[in-house]
Amino acid sequence: MATTKKSPPPADDPALVAAFEARIAAGESIEPKDWMPERYRKQLTRMMAQHAHSEIVGMLPEGNWITRAPSLRRKLSLIAKVQDEAGHGLYIYCGTETLGVERDELVAQLHDGTAKYSSIFNYPTLSWADMGVIGWFVDGAAIVNQTVLAKASYGPYARAMVRICKEENFHKRQGYEICATLAKGTPSQRAMLQDAIDRFWWPSLMMFGPSDKDSPNSAELLKWRVKRKTNDELRQRFVNLTVPQAQAIGVTLPDPDLTYNPETKNWDFGEIDWDEFWQVVGGNGPCNKERLAARNAAHDEGAWVREAALAHAAKQRRGTEAA
Amino acid sequence: MTAKSVGGARVERADEDDDGRDGEAGGVGAGFAKAGDFAVAGPRRAPFGDPLVEFLLRLGDDRLILGHRLSEWCGHGPILEEDIATSNMALDLIGQAAQLLRLAGEVEGKGRDEDALAYFRDAVHFRNCLMVEQPKGDFGYTTMRQFLFDAYSVLLWEALVGASHEGLAAIAAKALKEAKYHLRHSSEWVVRLGDGTEESHARIQRSLDELWRFTGELFERDAVVEGAARAGVAVDLEALRSRWDAIVRDVIDRATLTIPADVVMQSGGRRGRHTEHLGHLLATMQIVARSHPGAKW
Amino acid sequence: MAARAKGAPKRAAATDGAAAEAAWPLWEVFTQGDQGKPFEHAGSLHATDAEHAMQNARDVYARRGEAVNLWVVPSSAIIASAPGDAGPFFDPGNDKAYRHPQFYKVPQGVRVF
Ligand SMILES: [Fe+2]
Ligand SMILES: [Fe+2]
Repeated sequence: MATTKKSPPPADDPALVAAFEARIAAGESIEPKDWMPERYRKQLTRMMAQHAHSEIVGMLPEGNWITRAPSLRRKLSLIAKVQDEAGHGLYIYCGTETLGVERDELVAQLHDGTAKYSSIFNYPTLSWADMGVIGWFVDGAAIVNQTVLAKASYGPYARAMVRICKEENFHKRQGYEICATLAKGTPSQRAMLQDAIDRFWWPSLMMFGPSDKDSPNSAELLKWRVKRKTNDELRQRFVNLTVPQAQAIGVTLPDPDLTYNPETKNWDFGEIDWDEFWQVVGGNGPCNKERLAARNAAHDEGAWVREAALAHAAKQRRGTEAA
Repeated sequence: MTAKSVGGARVERADEDDDGRDGEAGGVGAGFAKAGDFAVAGPRRAPFGDPLVEFLLRLGDDRLILGHRLSEWCGHGPILEEDIATSNMALDLIGQAAQLLRLAGEVEGKGRDEDALAYFRDAVHFRNCLMVEQPKGDFGYTTMRQFLFDAYSVLLWEALVGASHEGLAAIAAKALKEAKYHLRHSSEWVVRLGDGTEESHARIQRSLDELWRFTGELFERDAVVEGAARAGVAVDLEALRSRWDAIVRDVIDRATLTIPADVVMQSGGRRGRHTEHLGHLLATMQIVARSHPGAKW
Repeated sequence: MAARAKGAPKRAAATDGAAAEAAWPLWEVFTQGDQGKPFEHAGSLHATDAEHAMQNARDVYARRGEAVNLWVVPSSAIIASAPGDAGPFFDPGNDKAYRHPQFYKVPQGVRVF
């Protein structure tokens, strides 16, 4: 079990907390060495780690189709996309390192199952159309989330989000392009697309996390601008953006309650199956075990490589010092 | 096999498809010529096709298959930084392959584009060398193969930059830059792993031992190489071999590794005589495209 | 700029009593977006030596052509100003208006610069 090295922090000085909150209220960005309440540091670390883990685990369901991409152009864009996700994970882990938490420590928590990551990646990718739908829905949802995070209070996180958002736009567009192509393809391509949409729609809505009334951390995160909008606000925004995109390519979304509400100008949608959500979050989704096993295998099989590189560098240093 | 064009993509159809129609006349020999009507003695080897097309297919298939093998690492690398680096090389190689296969299709002039060539040929029609189709193995195997191939690739592109065939010379100019970086990356890793720990040394030495038998094929001269030279694409494989030897020996020395002695070389990929691994790779690669003939992606 | 503890790379948290694996050292990456432009901090990464860090920086931070030049610096070599210094260190620079061109008046109607 990974544990933090620090002893329990002394209670935060109320004067410092007040000064800190005044900075947040003034819209200032907090930098790594600035004073911050211990809770802020902890919440940030938790949130950034979850985010980074999601990027890395998220490589697996899409990586699953790289070797089967049906054209060279698609193969190239899919590799580039999955590679970007590795980059995203890396950028965010770097952000946590500025908070004094090493990447290895967080990765160990992912591998032993104590850390969380986005539940969406515990669903299997069963057809090529999933590559389109994931780009469209999952990266689309990520953009909705990350665009507001780019204005988060912690500087390194916000800066990582700016970089990541640029890349996510490519992800979403390549995904939507796949969907649009399938939508005007053969009957079996259209059926493949609709099936993928039907499987990924609800899990994508779950990506925004529990409803505001069941989200214990939300108020504090919002106050400190670690988060900027509530889960439900973001989810609604995603639905509003996505419905017209579905209409544009002539596919249906698997929710009979989906209706436009002219008063709120929102697309109202049906109830999310929260039991399913908590099952997946709790480790019992269709692919939780496989995802963790794959990450552990990559890490364990890579140990000799990482050690060798370190050993070689140490020998080189000794060599130059001796010379 | 018979071939037929469906919506721009070429689809190969097994002869059995026709059995229902042709074989109905009854009798075991129905539909076959009678002995004596033709010479039963055939050629030892099927003749090569157009040398320039064949040569371009060799270049393209090497990179397609190696890029595919590298892409199998995506999401499974030893550390994030290397995951990203490996994907970059896969992207370069598959990008080169797409250009080369497109050019091969144009020169061939039968309306096949890069996807028709990548997705609708069977293993025996692929022209890649045996080395690139071997399973990815551990990170040491992948690294050693990459290094052996990169050294060859850099020298090959250097020679082809000057090809009088303009299309190929343009591809070579871009690919040379990419290959040079790949060589820098893979040779550093060979040294790191060779010189690193006892375990890494043993692993990568074993990879070198296993891979060495596929290196001879890279430099084999045949009618295709000679024919391509006449078509403006000349490569002096003899000279290339000795420069390759020098690069490889230097890095292998720095990595404290040993080139295995008395290895019997394996070849055949350039004529479609592959190891069994290629068929499985293609079964995976081509499954979606072939399951939906005529579809656009 | 992030300041980090100096000295040897920290050890990763051990899992289940297995020997702790040493982490690759951390490097800061600076990219120059175009010739003549300033170098900017892009982020960090792990690598075992300078050449290795340079190669990883290229793949991680310049794969979309974001840079024409790269610097990599061991993170432990970065010295950051301490936040406690903020007042005494930087404020004195804030009230020297005469360092800025706007401090100086130009006769009306004259267009300079
Ligand atoms: Fe991402
Ligand atoms: Fe993405």
